[in-house]
Amino acid sequence: MTLNSRITYIWIVLILATFLSWQFGHGFGFGEDYRSATTAILVITFIKIRFVFLDFMELRAAPLPLRLAFETWGIGMCAILVGLYWTGA
Amino acid sequence: MRESTLKPQAAEPHLPGETGVWMFIIGDVVIFSLFFGVFIYYRAADVALYAASQLTLNQVLGAFNTVLLLSSSWFVALAVHAARHARARLSARLLVAAAGCGIGFVIVKYFEWSEKIGAGYTLVTNDFFMYYFLLTGIHLLHVLIGIGVLSFLWSVIVKGDTSENTIVVLESGASFWHLVDILWIALFALLYLMR
Repeated sequence: MTLNSRITYIWIVLILATFLSWQFGHGFGFGEDYRSATTAILVITFIKIRFVFLDFMELRAAPLPLRLAFETWGIGMCAILVGLYWTGA
Repeated sequence: MRESTLKPQAAEPHLPGETGVWMFIIGDVVIFSLFFGVFIYYRAADVALYAASQLTLNQVLGAFNTVLLLSSSWFVALAVHAARHARARLSARLLVAAAGCGIGFVIVKYFEWSEKIGAGYTLVTNDFFMYYFLLTGIHLLHVLIGIGVLSFLWSVIVKGDTSENTIVVLESGASFWHLVDILWIALFALLYLMR
């Protein structure tokens, strides 16, 4: 796969993920279980962010410490936000 | 022949753009992480108010703006790629498309805010709207700066210069623009989608 086509595939996946998480907010897939729906929305959000970091910002080819820093931030931030959300859910 | 000699050499790690830009990006990510955490912490303390206020937001406009910024980032990533292959004119055209998406975002945000303010929702209505206007406002400032950055990149690349220095400048600006995209992806989920 060329870099150009990979960038384009990533863009398509990001658009589809946006519509999927949007529909999760309207009962799709989780029905009335809004807490699971919100958890899925937050997880998809950080998966989207990961791909923008790796493929658009090119962290995939960046020095490993920088990539690891952003990967760790993504996982940690997602976990903190999901955790804080559940304290009030 | 040893196996290792059969494998192509892995490319050297490459930091796109200037180190200083990445310091700024890290700082901005830290600040917005605090914003996200504070928002969701206070939301958890008054879910009913935040959920009721969120229902007044226009999700279609929020989703449309997400598509605009994702597409803009895509154009910028392609523009960097084109410049590396010495295709300066294509790169310049892609930057125009990216800036166009950014301007589209600002126009949509103008109508969205006008709709809210017209309906009587302002920064002082309640905590949700304080965060809504504050966070989307700070982000909008990033978008406006980003459009300026994209315009500058266009003015450099349109001259046909695809030297190594120009590529570094292009990568630096592109990294900032992708950050703007990333911040919006998170804001869209926190302000518009989560229930």
